Amino acid sequence: MSTSTTAPETTGRPPTSAPSRRVGPVALGLRQGRLEVRQFLRSRESVVFTMLFPVVMILIFASIFKGEIGGGVRFTQYFVTGMIATGLMTVGFQSLAIQIPIERDRGVLKRLRGTPMPKWVYFAGKILMVAVIGVAETVLLLAVAALLFDLALPQTADAWLTLFWVSALGITACTLCGIAFSSLPRTGRGASATVTPVALVLQFISGVFFVFTSLPSWMQQVAAIFPLKWMCQGLRAVFLPESFGAQEPAGSFELGRVALVLGLWCVVGLVLCLTTFRWTSRRDG
Amino acid sequence: MAEQLAISVRGLRKAYGGTVAVDGVDLAVSRGEVFALLGPNGAGKTTTVEILEGYRRRDAGEVSVLGVDPDRADGRWRSRVGIVLQGTGEFDDLTVAEVVRHFAGFYPDPDDPDKVIERVGLAGKAKARTHTLSGGQKRRLDVALGIVGRPELLFLDEPTTGFDPEARREFWELIRDLAAAGTTIVLTTHYLDEAEALADRVAVITGGRLVEVAAPARLGNRAEALATVAWRTPEGAVERVESATPTALVAELAARFGGEVPGLTVTRPTLEDVYLKMIGHR
Repeated sequence: MSTSTTAPETTGRPPTSAPSRRVGPVALGLRQGRLEVRQFLRSRESVVFTMLFPVVMILIFASIFKGEIGGGVRFTQYFVTGMIATGLMTVGFQSLAIQIPIERDRGVLKRLRGTPMPKWVYFAGKILMVAVIGVAETVLLLAVAALLFDLALPQTADAWLTLFWVSALGITACTLCGIAFSSLPRTGRGASATVTPVALVLQFISGVFFVFTSLPSWMQQVAAIFPLKWMCQGLRAVFLPESFGAQEPAGSFELGRVALVLGLWCVVGLVLCLTTFRWTSRRDG
Repeated sequence: MAEQLAISVRGLRKAYGGTVAVDGVDLAVSRGEVFALLGPNGAGKTTTVEILEGYRRRDAGEVSVLGVDPDRADGRWRSRVGIVLQGTGEFDDLTVAEVVRHFAGFYPDPDDPDKVIERVGLAGKAKARTHTLSGGQKRRLDVALGIVGRPELLFLDEPTTGFDPEARREFWELIRDLAAAGTTIVLTTHYLDEAEALADRVAVITGGRLVEVAAPARLGNRAEALATVAWRTPEGAVERVESATPTALVAELAARFGGEVPGLTVTRPTLEDVYLKMIGHR
């Protein structure tokens, strides 16, 4: 008999017969997302260095390089693809790979683990934050580039669809890799120093700042291992004329391979997340 | 009958590498009890408590907390346990009210967030960003997050570090209120007066072992210890006598001095005396 008595009366809780006010899973995830977005927007560093970074970069680059890359296509038209991809990588990969180790170090994660919050809610919050900021940042970037630098926006539904799926798949891969990468820095303070060079090198070798085909071929091959190159390439299919596909390393924009590589990175990132994620810092046992 | 125990621990062991942190601890904490773990730094207090909270895995021993093995803690169990860790981080850019409200949403039957903020004495800071709080105020927020889910069992790991004396008194009142409402409380502390003021029973832990578990007044046989009677002799020297019958001795002295005994004191060992003796022997 003793197993059936959980004795709520002796525990100081007035017996509550009313159905519990437990928040449902969808609401729980949305609440966490709102919290993350709110935190992001209140942090001046995040807004300036993550969200506004691509806009600032396009202002600079488009002002410096006013010429064409050939065939009547302005440099801006090429450069915006790299900036969209970089923006998505910054918010998905860099911001999470820096923010999560800091939260882990400061014990925020440990504190959350002590509550009944299901583990997935934490990740749902991060993913929603990345999605919201990623969309806002891309829209802002496109608006600025279209208004100030005559960016030609996609004309067909097909092109918009490609823009959507390449961005969605790319940011998913970046987010998962960012969460996975967050287990690497030993301390929160070291996170930025570990992550920033990785991101910077990827940007240089993936054709963000330079026309990809003008890079040495060994560099192109290294870049082809990582998602950023494929995000840029997929976006070039959206913003450049079809004839430019011939100038790509494989002679076309290879959208099928873009989907495949980004999909693979999603799987790799997810597996790493599930196997390596730590809720407490190393010195915490 | 097992249900009467909030916590039951037998033969708990935990080592980090070659260093044994907890070395065969047995504990039994009743429901509704306020139980203090007292010990020097590195004694194994936090390791023990974090095993009970489900944060660390044990090497050996049986542990049951609210009838559940914390290694198999699920959301239901977590909603019945409140945890105030030693030094955990806040959400810097959110306000006190936002954080408490958010955490309340994790629990099936939470307390009113505004009421909880009021109870921990942060009503005036409800709209302040958490990074603007002082050390003591952050600690109060920690406590608020620990109790907002209306736990049956509350763990407090050195809760009053960084509090000024007035804040500590207020905190003690809060703990007494929670205990009076039936919450089981397990607290670790360095402060002897805190253990004495709050705890029904105190466990002294040092070198990973329990030295003694007793009511604060009975710890180290304090109640039965000989009283020390001291007074000043007419020559000005201080005389000290340990006595099992101090009242008789004082009466005799009063007769000898024909009234007031100069510099008379009658003392028994303080909690600090017995505590230092206990951990000093290790």
